[in-house]
Amino acid sequence: MRIPCPYCGSRDAHEFAYLGDATLTRPDPAASDAAEAFHAYAYLRENPEGAHREYWYHANGCRRWLVVTRNTRTHEILGVAFARPSTDEVPA
Amino acid sequence: MTRLSTGGLIDRSRTLSFTFDGVAYTGHPGDTLASALLANGVRLVGRSFKYHRPRGIFTCGSEEPNALVELRTGARKEPNTRATTVELFDGLVAQSQNRWPSLEHDALSVNQWLTPFLGAGFYYKTFMWPASFWEKVYEPTIRRAAGLGAASELVDPDTYEKAFAFCDVLVIGSGATGLAAALAAARSGARVILADEDFRLGGRLLTENVAIDGAPARDFVARAEAELSSLPNVRLMPRTTVFGAYDGSEYACVERVSDHVAVPAAFQPRQRLWRIIAKRAILATGAFDRPIVFPGNDRPGVMTAQALATYAQRFGVGAGANAAVFTNNDAGVAAALAAANAGLTLEAVIDVRDALPSPLAAKAKALGVRVITGGEVIATKGKRLSAITVRTKSGTQTLAVEALGISGGATPNLNLTCHLGGKPVYREDIAAFVPGAVPPGMSCAGAVAGQFSLSDCLNAGTEQGAAAAADAGFARAAAPAPKAEETPTGIRAFWQVKAKGDLAFVDLQNDVSAKDVGIAHKEGFRAVELLKRYTTMGMATDQGKNSNMAGLALMAELTGQGIAATGTTVFRPPYTPVALGVLAGHHREKDFRPTRPTPTHAWAEGQGAVFVETGFWLRAAYFPKPGEKDWLESVNREVKATRESVGVIDVSTFGKIDLQGPDVGTFLDRVYINMFSTLQVGKARYGVMLREDGLVMDDGTTARLADTHYVMTTTTANAGKVFQHLEFCLQVLWPELDVQLASISEQWAQIAVSGPRSREVLAKLVDGHDVSNAGLPFMGVAQTTVLGGIEARIFRLSFSGELGYEIAVPARQGERLMETIMEAGRPFGITPYGTETLGVLRIEKGHVSGSELNGQTTARDLGLGRMASTKKDYIGRVLSQRPAFQDPARPIFVGFKPVDKAQRLRAGAHLLTVGAQATTHNDEGYVTSVAYSPTLGHFIGLGFLKRGLERIGEQVRAYDPVRGSDILVEVCSPAFVDPEGEKQRV
Amino acid sequence: MSARYSFLSLISNALNGQTGWRPAWRNAPPKPAYDVIIVGGGGHGLATAYYLAKEHGIRNVAVLEKGHIGSGNAGRNTTIIRSNYLLPGNEPFYEWSMKLWEGLEQDLNYNAMVSQRGIINLIHSDAQRDAYARRGNAMRLAGAGSELLDAETVRKMCPFLNFDNARFPIKGGLMQPRAGTARHDAVVWGYARAADRLGVDIIQNCEVTGFIRDKGAVVGVETTRGAIRGGKVALAVAGSTSRLTRHLDLRMPLESHVLQAFVSEGLKPLIPGVITFGMGHFYVSQSDKGGLVFGGDIDGYNSYAQRGNMPVVEDVLEGGMALMPMIGRLRLLRSWGGLVDMSMDGSPIIDVGPLPGLYLNTGWNYGGFKATPASGWCFAYTIAQDRAHDFNAAFRLDRFRSGHIIDEKGVGAQPNLH
Repeated sequence: MRIPCPYCGSRDAHEFAYLGDATLTRPDPAASDAAEAFHAYAYLRENPEGAHREYWYHANGCRRWLVVTRNTRTHEILGVAFARPSTDEVPA
Repeated sequence: MTRLSTGGLIDRSRTLSFTFDGVAYTGHPGDTLASALLANGVRLVGRSFKYHRPRGIFTCGSEEPNALVELRTGARKEPNTRATTVELFDGLVAQSQNRWPSLEHDALSVNQWLTPFLGAGFYYKTFMWPASFWEKVYEPTIRRAAGLGAASELVDPDTYEKAFAFCDVLVIGSGATGLAAALAAARSGARVILADEDFRLGGRLLTENVAIDGAPARDFVARAEAELSSLPNVRLMPRTTVFGAYDGSEYACVERVSDHVAVPAAFQPRQRLWRIIAKRAILATGAFDRPIVFPGNDRPGVMTAQALATYAQRFGVGAGANAAVFTNNDAGVAAALAAANAGLTLEAVIDVRDALPSPLAAKAKALGVRVITGGEVIATKGKRLSAITVRTKSGTQTLAVEALGISGGATPNLNLTCHLGGKPVYREDIAAFVPGAVPPGMSCAGAVAGQFSLSDCLNAGTEQGAAAAADAGFARAAAPAPKAEETPTGIRAFWQVKAKGDLAFVDLQNDVSAKDVGIAHKEGFRAVELLKRYTTMGMATDQGKNSNMAGLALMAELTGQGIAATGTTVFRPPYTPVALGVLAGHHREKDFRPTRPTPTHAWAEGQGAVFVETGFWLRAAYFPKPGEKDWLESVNREVKATRESVGVIDVSTFGKIDLQGPDVGTFLDRVYINMFSTLQVGKARYGVMLREDGLVMDDGTTARLADTHYVMTTTTANAGKVFQHLEFCLQVLWPELDVQLASISEQWAQIAVSGPRSREVLAKLVDGHDVSNAGLPFMGVAQTTVLGGIEARIFRLSFSGELGYEIAVPARQGERLMETIMEAGRPFGITPYGTETLGVLRIEKGHVSGSELNGQTTARDLGLGRMASTKKDYIGRVLSQRPAFQDPARPIFVGFKPVDKAQRLRAGAHLLTVGAQATTHNDEGYVTSVAYSPTLGHFIGLGFLKRGLERIGEQVRAYDPVRGSDILVEVCSPAFVDPEGEKQRV
Repeated sequence: MSARYSFLSLISNALNGQTGWRPAWRNAPPKPAYDVIIVGGGGHGLATAYYLAKEHGIRNVAVLEKGHIGSGNAGRNTTIIRSNYLLPGNEPFYEWSMKLWEGLEQDLNYNAMVSQRGIINLIHSDAQRDAYARRGNAMRLAGAGSELLDAETVRKMCPFLNFDNARFPIKGGLMQPRAGTARHDAVVWGYARAADRLGVDIIQNCEVTGFIRDKGAVVGVETTRGAIRGGKVALAVAGSTSRLTRHLDLRMPLESHVLQAFVSEGLKPLIPGVITFGMGHFYVSQSDKGGLVFGGDIDGYNSYAQRGNMPVVEDVLEGGMALMPMIGRLRLLRSWGGLVDMSMDGSPIIDVGPLPGLYLNTGWNYGGFKATPASGWCFAYTIAQDRAHDFNAAFRLDRFRSGHIIDEKGVGAQPNLH
């Protein structure tokens, strides 16, 4: 499997570390339902069969966290973006 | 000898010697072991798996089910090697396998007489009485009888390599289709790789009597190879098997660099693993000739018609003194005629059809070949085939033949199309499965796609090659496809001869017969996957290439469902068996993983250090001195020296992370449970960080070097994990924070000097910096120079509990710093120590380390709960407050000392209340770390005990049955030495 | 119903040309309603049906399987059975499973080739020895048996391991002599046949496409073969759990991942029991047929594809060649990928709920095979009694909320690291 890193180009997936579901947002720790929200955030997963937005970290490359959209049934990569978008960080 | 008088792509001017089962034979360059054996009249080469029936050479390629041999000897022995793929070399040694005492007289061939008992699944129904007999009697017997060849049990002496390649068009297979495709793609300028498992390009063209562009096919092969070789954008890879298709248009291949020589040349690997990333791939892997199921279809001498023709045409070998061919299709007849053309004595072609197409009938007539139409082979004779019985409408007749070629039609070699989940589709018109969905970027051309005529193959190859290159962005070249005549491709689907008699085999290697398919049907194992698993059909080393088609056709007939509805099992990698060594490459034995030496490694070696692996690092464990009887004596000396005077250790392996930017303080407050934004410049602080689930991830000290500049240390084990975590927090959770991170673990050497005299040593190193207690207080940090101008960071930290400093200098200065420290410390008897003493010092102090930070413990468990700030949020705060983590009964960090001070305590012991039964239910905790404390004169331990803090002074059992130990220990504070921490502050 | 297997049945079939055999289980058509519907015809689902009928007298049971039985992970594992766990939530359960394995064949009248040839977890450092001692002692507390071996003993037992040129030298091993392997397909067939004999309907080619709800409760399933009502609906579908619970708007503490496994060509006896490498992802045993069966880490990304990629293949064989460089010239015959249900703490879930009428059995990670008997036994108990047995008391779904997590590896809520 190859991941088209927006910074480094197409690289073997072995260069990246995987974290999983990128649709989750860290809840507000001050909210009254924080305990329940953090439980869902840390433990519950949609785990879809099909398109999946997921975090990959280019550990053996540019060290950028990426959000990769990938089909979990076919492994086809549908899209890649930096987790932290920033115009000034794309190489010339 | 059955070498034909002329012909064959062999070099008859040179002779190669080889032995099989100790008998010496000769062959020629260009031979395979199989062709050379046949040329020497060796027809019995193996025994089958279950019944130990005599078996011969069945095919001419990598799908061979029968002719498996142990190739080479000693450490290079390769069991289960297919004689049909072994390129003959001078001095080759091979022996038959799975027989005892000899191939000719195999004792286990008695199993043949037990055949009525040994039907499919028999072992599931028996060997159960009595229960204890399975491991003791039945299983050892089965295990000895099972298996094929024997492993050498010696270290593989050869080396393997790995490589990546990238291309526009990968062409897999170099027959007519593959060559045409490669030519078309290459002429457009695309980067082309042409891979073929054979050692010679050409595929079937080396076997067939056909003309291309008006000349013999072999001339076309030679011209194509010459042109492709001349092009800089083409890489030809013969002896290279593409064994797997993977995601991202990746094809895994094995190049057999040295398997055709006795020993690899100097600096050459035996094999090379390629991962080829191809924009487009063309599968041109052709088709197999498949067997027909009939009684006795397994005797040595029975082989595919394609093999019969190939041995005659390509190798100049008659598979027997005379032969017949039994077929249901035009290609089978053509193969028979090709064999006859090469000089094989062909007694008859037996075709199940009532008539041959007229061109083939005419050719047969011209060659004087007898054709028996409407005929079936119903029996065979001979340990080595001597005769066959043919049944026609007019009766039966017996033909005396030594070889029988069989062809039940062509099975497209579509293995690779299934690797990403593609399911083959059945075509009634050609009685074959063709590729269904194929991997992205792959296209199939020629026989693999069900295009069996030569002209179709050449056209399809040319078209697909050009199209693939165009897809990859190259203009189509304007060369026409090579021209050839249409070859007949007619077939009448025919799977099994209905006749009583000997077993009729479906899977030759695993001895699955038509009767077994019947049992599976009766017992309900009808789905193809169940049929396969119950009978083991298709699970032999050919992975069903020879057997699947007939097996599922037989099942389809029994269920009446038809072949399309029955479906086929799918193929998975590898296409053919792959040496395990090549998949590892260089990463084996000592080179399994890289070794990270510390900056002072060479110095430590010079000091006689004993090293220990900690992750990839190699660290000094201790520094034995002459006369010391064991490691403990050395460690006791090192501990004592450090506590009483001064010791030194390289701590460069700790993770070091540089953090800069205006928001670093805020950032650290969010990742540590305690505050760092309030840390003064020039000070360091111990911090604990949690995972989001509330359990401790890591600990370490972080220092503030400037208002916007911190440097963090992590544990050795978690350096990478923490860095990745911090990057996640910054890039994903809080992108608004202005912080930059850099790992500086490799850039800085860090050496800890500890002990009451450490300040005096340090004073000699610094270039005038004030290192007094006032000038550099406990937890203070100095950025200065040492050794006359070397940049240095000095941290006044203490893991040992003694007055101590960690001095960091650029990594290349580490060794010099160590030597200088040793020189400066000489008057104080400075003592280098390693990880063992480091462990004793920290256990005596009750500091937690890797054994306690095991990912299962909370800050509260570790006695660090009070560090957590209540004024802020931080990673892990919310979930650390879950009820289970607040349970007062949770095991908590305490110390232990043996009640009988002479007794040894060991880490891993479980803790039980005195008098309680040793059960899981009564388990109250465990000991994590243990050391012999030379300071106290007895063993001490750290660990976790339920309600531990309330039980200080209580005696509990340290239960360690795996080491035969069960002792009483007293629960105590984990701080055994200097509990108030006064020594480090002086 | 199928006849009992005995010497007599073998002999009579040998004499009559193998014509006397009957289907090992009926290919039952679905009835409109059952007391219990078990979704998933793998080892766990079939074992659950068997124990429901045998232990609890509940025989009006359907096992629904979307393909043919045993077509999921039951037929895609490395066949290892063991009870060498560390944590008190796990160890008694797996030890119960081991005890059930030990009597399984006589109980089922089916030879599943349960073979207790032992497992050795190799030790490569002092810290690892202490960690394995802790585990070995936990096993002793649970009555599972364990032996801490020194390097010399390991060498005597497995002289072919790499002792002299190793990156991470072997310093010993933790052995469970009662561990071993079983023939995975036979376990499925044995449970199916035995459940069938007790009246359970095994319904193949019947895919569940939705649930029938009544006031929030689950009262049946929609399938490709029509609606089937059930007093209780129990899911035992491993990596497909999230696919089904999505119909109920439930998010599970699960990720589906791919785990590859491998088998070599057949060889004469070479490796006595099961061996696991302590410093890399590699474990190996040898099947009765002679193939080396081995595996390693999961690929590490969410997947429903039942196939993996080369980096893991290479990683596994690097471990293999580090540990036993004699295997270099042996050959990989076949690889496969299983769809594993990785849970957020690496331990399973066998529980009532979370909706009325629904029962969950999932989260087996890469280790469901060995659990098959106890999983079925405990799930049957939980379904029949509407509460967990002591053996599965810790496998609650709400443990993630309460913090009673069972994390053997201590890597936290990251399924690909378990």
